[in-house]
Amino acid sequence: MIDPRTSVITQRLSKIRRIVAVSSGKGGVGKSMVATSLALSLAREGCRVGLFDVDFTGPSTHIILGVPKSVQPTEDKGIVPATVEGLEYMSLVYFVGDNPAPLRGADVSNALIELLSVTQWGTLDFLIVDMPPGIGDAVLDLVRLVNRIEFLIITTSSLLAFEVIKKQVALLKELKMPIVGVVENMKMNTSDAVEQETGKLGLKYLGSIAYDAKVEESIGNPQKLLATEMGEAMDRIKKAAVGKGSSICP
Amino acid sequence: MHEWALAEAVLASARQIAEQEHLSSVSEVTIRVGELQQVEPPILRFALKQLSEGTLFGSAKFHILKAKSQLKCRVCGTTWQYSSKKLDKATAEAIHFVPEVAHTYIKCPKCGSPDFEIASGRGVWLQDIKGAKPE
Repeated sequence: MIDPRTSVITQRLSKIRRIVAVSSGKGGVGKSMVATSLALSLAREGCRVGLFDVDFTGPSTHIILGVPKSVQPTEDKGIVPATVEGLEYMSLVYFVGDNPAPLRGADVSNALIELLSVTQWGTLDFLIVDMPPGIGDAVLDLVRLVNRIEFLIITTSSLLAFEVIKKQVALLKELKMPIVGVVENMKMNTSDAVEQETGKLGLKYLGSIAYDAKVEESIGNPQKLLATEMGEAMDRIKKAAVGKGSSICP
Repeated sequence: MHEWALAEAVLASARQIAEQEHLSSVSEVTIRVGELQQVEPPILRFALKQLSEGTLFGSAKFHILKAKSQLKCRVCGTTWQYSSKKLDKATAEAIHFVPEVAHTYIKCPKCGSPDFEIASGRGVWLQDIKGAKPE
């Protein structure tokens, strides 16, 4: 017997110009905050943007965006994401609410394949994917199923985070996956060590985001998030990451 | 109509097989539908027929078979059959869209663990395709 779902994934994503996975080998580095603020910042630029939270066991983009429980996707020849703050937004949270989703690896793969095969994203300039930490099932499945995916890597200034990033980069290079670059998040020093190390890996250092306590206070309020150091840094980072010439979305 | 998206996937997969097998026409397509996802066969059949018009599958018969869903607890080994009857409408619908969210709502009837395996009857499968090759 054949699982037919993977046959249709390329078609589902065919009207999306770029698919960017915001990823990190290490947890707790701010992937979801960066993914959400990048998506919001691109949308504010006039781009058509989707945000897909694939951190199924620890989703948080819905909290950052302040998505009300009443917001749900609709059914029309599949599942059509709800529009939240100008983003086409999809998350497993629609189906599990505030309850835990205790999924093993095979279940994560199946849920990811299901959502990729039935979600009708429509035409987008960018689909930003908020990844779970690590280099496990979600990374390997997206590499296998979404041949156009690009990785944007998030680290902190900590050596602990960057040492794990090195492993992730080695894997992605081995798999011949494009890496947009590295963002240094929650920066609290003036050291250029991460920038230097990123250069040694042959990757583009896209910029840093200074630690700002206001980011935590902005949770649930996207406009407030865009007014923080992170929001302001995202104006520079998005141009370095996905900009071409003067305009990102002509 | 979520079944429409599943029907598109079935036909995309069947088309790939027909091309690999060099079939010039397809007479029968057999699909197995797992009980857990609660796909409605009449809706799936309608979508398959609509999507097949004017294609290789235009005159194909679609056989839709139901597969019982069996769950097996990884903690105590209990096996049991899924039933949507005890679930409220919203929960049953969530499982319909993404069967894995069963782990959020269903527990082992013996030990109460959510750590179970969906041993069978999960989603939609393409079981068989029959057709003719050019002479």
